[in-house]
Amino acid sequence: MNIYQRLTFVCLTALLTHACQPDRNNPGGTGLVYCVEGSPESFNPQLVTSGTTIDAISQHLYDRLLDINAQTGELLPALASSWQISSDGLSYRFQLRENVAFHHTDYFKPSRPLNAEDVVFTFNRILLPEHPFHQTATEYPYFDSMEWRQLVAEVKAISAYEVEFRLNKPDSSFLSTLATDFAAVLSAEYGAKLQAENKLPDLDHLPVGTGPFLFRHYQKDVLIRYYRHPQHWRQGSNLQQLVIDIVPDSTKRVAKLLTHECDVAPIPRLAELQLLSKRQDFVVDVQTSMNVGYWAFNTQKPPLNNVKVRQALALAVNKQNILQAVYFGQAEQADSLLPPNSWAYQKPQLTQSYDPQKARALLAEAGFAKGFSLDIWAMPVQRLYNPNALKMAELMQADLARIGVKARIVSYEWNTFRRKLTQAEHDSVLIGWSADNADPDNFLRPLLSCAAAVSGSNRANWCDEHFDALLQQAVNTADLNERRSFYLQAQQYQAQQMPLMPIAHSKRFQVRSSNISGVAINPYGGVNFAMAGKH
Amino acid sequence: MILHYLFRRLFLLAFVFVALTVFAFSLSYLFPGDVLSNFTGLRNISPADEVMLTRQLGLDQNYLQQYLLFVQRLLQGDWALSFSSQQNVLTEMLLVMPATLELAAYALFLSLLVGIPLGIVAAVRKDKWLDKLISSLALIGFSVPIFWWALLLIMVFSLSLGWLPTSGRLGVLYEIPTVTGFMLPDILLSEQSYRQQAFIDAIRHMLLPSVVLATYPTTVMIRFTRDSMLDVLEQNYIKTARAKGLTRLQVLYTHGLRNALLPVTRQVGLQFSTLITLAMITEVIFSWPGIGRWLIDSIYQRNFPAIQGGVLLVSSLVILVNMLTEIMHTLFNPLARKF
Repeated sequence: MNIYQRLTFVCLTALLTHACQPDRNNPGGTGLVYCVEGSPESFNPQLVTSGTTIDAISQHLYDRLLDINAQTGELLPALASSWQISSDGLSYRFQLRENVAFHHTDYFKPSRPLNAEDVVFTFNRILLPEHPFHQTATEYPYFDSMEWRQLVAEVKAISAYEVEFRLNKPDSSFLSTLATDFAAVLSAEYGAKLQAENKLPDLDHLPVGTGPFLFRHYQKDVLIRYYRHPQHWRQGSNLQQLVIDIVPDSTKRVAKLLTHECDVAPIPRLAELQLLSKRQDFVVDVQTSMNVGYWAFNTQKPPLNNVKVRQALALAVNKQNILQAVYFGQAEQADSLLPPNSWAYQKPQLTQSYDPQKARALLAEAGFAKGFSLDIWAMPVQRLYNPNALKMAELMQADLARIGVKARIVSYEWNTFRRKLTQAEHDSVLIGWSADNADPDNFLRPLLSCAAAVSGSNRANWCDEHFDALLQQAVNTADLNERRSFYLQAQQYQAQQMPLMPIAHSKRFQVRSSNISGVAINPYGGVNFAMAGKH
Repeated sequence: MILHYLFRRLFLLAFVFVALTVFAFSLSYLFPGDVLSNFTGLRNISPADEVMLTRQLGLDQNYLQQYLLFVQRLLQGDWALSFSSQQNVLTEMLLVMPATLELAAYALFLSLLVGIPLGIVAAVRKDKWLDKLISSLALIGFSVPIFWWALLLIMVFSLSLGWLPTSGRLGVLYEIPTVTGFMLPDILLSEQSYRQQAFIDAIRHMLLPSVVLATYPTTVMIRFTRDSMLDVLEQNYIKTARAKGLTRLQVLYTHGLRNALLPVTRQVGLQFSTLITLAMITEVIFSWPGIGRWLIDSIYQRNFPAIQGGVLLVSSLVILVNMLTEIMHTLFNPLARKF
């Protein structure tokens, strides 16, 4: 062997032996890979509602004025160190934490820490049409659905570290709203810089926040790269790097978990859980989540505008069957829109159960003894609250056939599907909702209020004055017992009117390698890696 | 003489390109949806813009004028925007193209490295057990469906043994700035402290996709080399060389190989189109961020401008490569030089 041959040989053996060992060394200290199902729509939580986007951006890049304790639902100080509410419930004052640093990135070098100006900038963007950034977004879906512009009169800075929100009417869910992942605080200085450079849209694409990680790089449908924010006001993360790996295919996500290419992944496909829970090197985290999967009837379309027809349809569906076949037993049967862990939930005395005979009788009363035909729209994507809408629709089709209702299953590509839903082209739809905060208002108002029927998130297209009045009375009072009684009435009324049939509250699952700790899954949405570590 | 030949080839090439662009142009009319949207890639065009764009694209003129303007835009690099990202389709494709070319190059290299020696061995040991073994392996490799083969390898090497990653070009925790778009050179050019680890990681990532993609061309190489070698070994000049007293190895090396490999080089060019097609399947299975995956995603998203641009670019590339290898083959092979 001459020297070159020997050298090649040595190199090749080194390469092959090295290549065959799983190399778990992390470059540049420690890094974590979180595998998600889709690309974010924007890097500003103000502009989105999709859970996928919130998971990928919100808790990592931004902080909020308040945080929610995931266990108790109690509000905790975050960027606001303390707050006072005036006795009439119309004014909220927040004292801000000092020395909170914004991200230092390639595209923006902050010159000052967070102050009241930033909070005013952030919330005025949603409120004031003359705000320089208001027009860069077509809508602020979460804030629109809770009628932010009707609710908030003004946001103003009292001093450098004190902000006041003045409301038009009392709203006891207001603090919860400020604690949601959507109420992220942006930098006014960055806004001014973008305005000067005439690059307004960058505010939502190249994010600057105060959160535990700062933005580095995004490649659509491939990955998002975050680095640790070294001056984070909390102690800062143990991770040097956080990569959000975008893997739309759930089978591939499981494969990547098995090969440790992913450290943490949410798993909406329950069938795969059993495989993973058997392995020693994975931990499955379970969290009862604030969500509901439901079947909404378009109450504007005959015959669904008839209450008896809606009641009959709800009685005809065997929910237990669906829980077994679609949720694999990993969900609770829903008998209200509110999940049992909500404080305003009370088990109804009369739970409506599967009763095809009664259903047929009700149909006959309504004048449809021979049945009718109905479209069931099944959403084409998997969500926690409904992991397989098509399968669910097929099961329901069989159930409905027993009372003489001929169901046709309809599905479109997801964007088209949502657009057509908003235009209320459907008869009935299988869809769901994940709450953003612990407040019961967050379930009832976006799903069934008249305002939501206009903005489009009320899939039942149901506008009922009595129901709306109950919701309004509930937020007008600060007394918790009184609020609860209003919500109980609202739930009973809803169960009787049946604009939609709640099906299940799914549990939230997350799989992580057993060497990862400190990943918090929040029942109200986003996942937080600030305290995560790898060992 | 040679100029005349090249001129003829170029003329043919130009003709094929015209046919291709006419096809791509007509796609804008054949795709469902609004013609103006299909041409520009813009969505929700306002009435004012619509008037302006119609004039700009010449949609108010006859088809010939429209086609000429279309070709002009193509040449200027002013391609339509992608529906999903609202970026120039050409820019996007140039970003993902290197990944595909890189994968195809490794696979081609692998198939030459394995296929040619095996082909020669099979020819020399004709009808012995070694030849039979190689030929049957080649037949299996030739007939095995590539996606099944890929999934099998993933199951064994990634999921069961845990040796190799299942997807991507590089572990996502390594941050390598894009310079050339080709992964290995980019890693060598980067200044990260974990360069060496990243290099090894990149090789681990490319191992399975390269093997999968190389399978089919390797079998073609084996069969082609074997047949061509057998042909050459039958020739009188080989017999003469043996009679002169050269050893088998000398004959093989100096007389056999050079003549036998000539048709094989031509095969390399012809295999390119198959290689690109197979690369698309491989890319989808291994989440390799190349043009194949990009194109298939575009088809799923009904992203018409992207499909149009992708078809145009990929087919142009295939034709160009075919034409180049043919020209090179002609220049190197005195027998084919029928000017």
